[in-house]
Amino acid sequence: MKHIHLSDRYQNGASRIHRLEPRVKVIVTLLFIISNVILPDGAWIGFALSFGLVTLVCALANIGVFFALKRSFVALPFALVAVTVVFTTPGQPLAGWQIGSSALIATDTGVVRFFSILARSWLSVQMAIVLTAVTPIPDLLHALRHLRVPPLLVAVIGLMVRYLTILSDEALRLMRARDARSVGSGGSLLWRAQVTGNMVGQLFLRSYDRSERVYQAMLARGFDGRFLTANPHQMRAHDWWALAGTVVALALIHVAGMAL
Amino acid sequence: MLLRDLDIALAPSPGAEPPALLIEDLHFAYPDGRVALRGATLSVARGEKVALVGPNGAGKSTLLLHLNGILRGKGHIAIGGVPVNERNLPQVRARVGLVFQNPDDQLFSPTVFEDVAFGPLHMGLSADDVRARVERALALVGMQAYRDRQPYRLSMGEKKRIAIATVLAMDPDILAFDEPSAGLDPRARRGLIDLLRNLPLTMLVSTHDMLMVRELFDRMIIMDEGRIVADGNTAMLLADQALLEAHGLEAP
Repeated sequence: MKHIHLSDRYQNGASRIHRLEPRVKVIVTLLFIISNVILPDGAWIGFALSFGLVTLVCALANIGVFFALKRSFVALPFALVAVTVVFTTPGQPLAGWQIGSSALIATDTGVVRFFSILARSWLSVQMAIVLTAVTPIPDLLHALRHLRVPPLLVAVIGLMVRYLTILSDEALRLMRARDARSVGSGGSLLWRAQVTGNMVGQLFLRSYDRSERVYQAMLARGFDGRFLTANPHQMRAHDWWALAGTVVALALIHVAGMAL
Repeated sequence: MLLRDLDIALAPSPGAEPPALLIEDLHFAYPDGRVALRGATLSVARGEKVALVGPNGAGKSTLLLHLNGILRGKGHIAIGGVPVNERNLPQVRARVGLVFQNPDDQLFSPTVFEDVAFGPLHMGLSADDVRARVERALALVGMQAYRDRQPYRLSMGEKKRIAIATVLAMDPDILAFDEPSAGLDPRARRGLIDLLRNLPLTMLVSTHDMLMVRELFDRMIIMDEGRIVADGNTAMLLADQALLEAHGLEAP
């Protein structure tokens, strides 16, 4: 059976990056994303250096230099939504198409902005991929807790991670049961739509029932609305160094991005 | 009555120690109107291990959910002499360890450690005490090596053991199981039976596994349609063909 395992994104290892305090990893990733967002349009050197930073982190983590790059392409289509800026940003016209009575005109600033947006989102996704590759999900959840993310939100994420696999297994079983009873391509489009609708309803009801049982199990062990944790996270010297190093590196990237 | 005989036989002196579990005339109907319990009465002495059998829909699971106040029906329930009511809920929940049928419902945390720590943490124990309890509970079920594992990667038998550890960590007086051997392969089932036999706790075990009942439990309670229809020595009840047949059961 094919599972959806969010946790399979984690690449087991004991590198310097793996051993960093999870909070540091989360903060570094956020700083990196913010840094990308505030780099100005067309700061190609800045973007290139940022890419260098992701690659460096991958290398230090021993997960393969282009690990993040290879996995980042899946997210690229979402960035294509930004393609409209090519035509909506004022600037020197580069090319135009006549569609009916209206004209599409691509401008030079529009093109620069589009590729900048592409670079920003692409780089940000890469760092997020690295984060999940070097941090087990339980540690990630702890880091969020210790960073004062509302406990309820962290609990929701935790339960989702825990039960997504079970939900997907249930969906696969339902689909297998459907396939076992349908011949060939399986009837008309309308029939298949009906079956799919029923399956979604089934899944919802099953999940609903399960949520009730899980809540009962939590109550049975004294749950009173608070989410408690016994895992203290401690910042050690090399965590502070890593944090400081990242801040300096990002500052340099910005200086280079502005100056060059 | 068999019930009273047992009580007297097991109590050191009458009235000296309250029974580990006492249920008197318990009635319960679900919000949709389905009546699940119609006056169930039973008493379990300290250290006793009792099997609860009966067809699906007899009210076994509903009864178990009453033991620590998750469901609140009409009637009287006391755990070791402490009545189950709003005020005593935290105490009662620490005293009764409920092991659910499906371990996936019971193991809701990202790691085994956190799941086992969940109960002790909510009992207000210090972090050191919590860790000590987790280690001890995992040792009791032979799963120390699993503390940092993630529940979704475990086998059914492993999950079941961890689920038992999650309640053992609360140091309960009574363990209540819903279908503990369901869905286990023979080896995991054997391991579970040995584990149940060796745990020195009062137990109420709802099950369809009549072989396990015969092997493990001296006393057996038969439920049907929300009532307790028989309560007594397992060997004697299993010999009563007519009784078993009347309630959809089979001797192993």
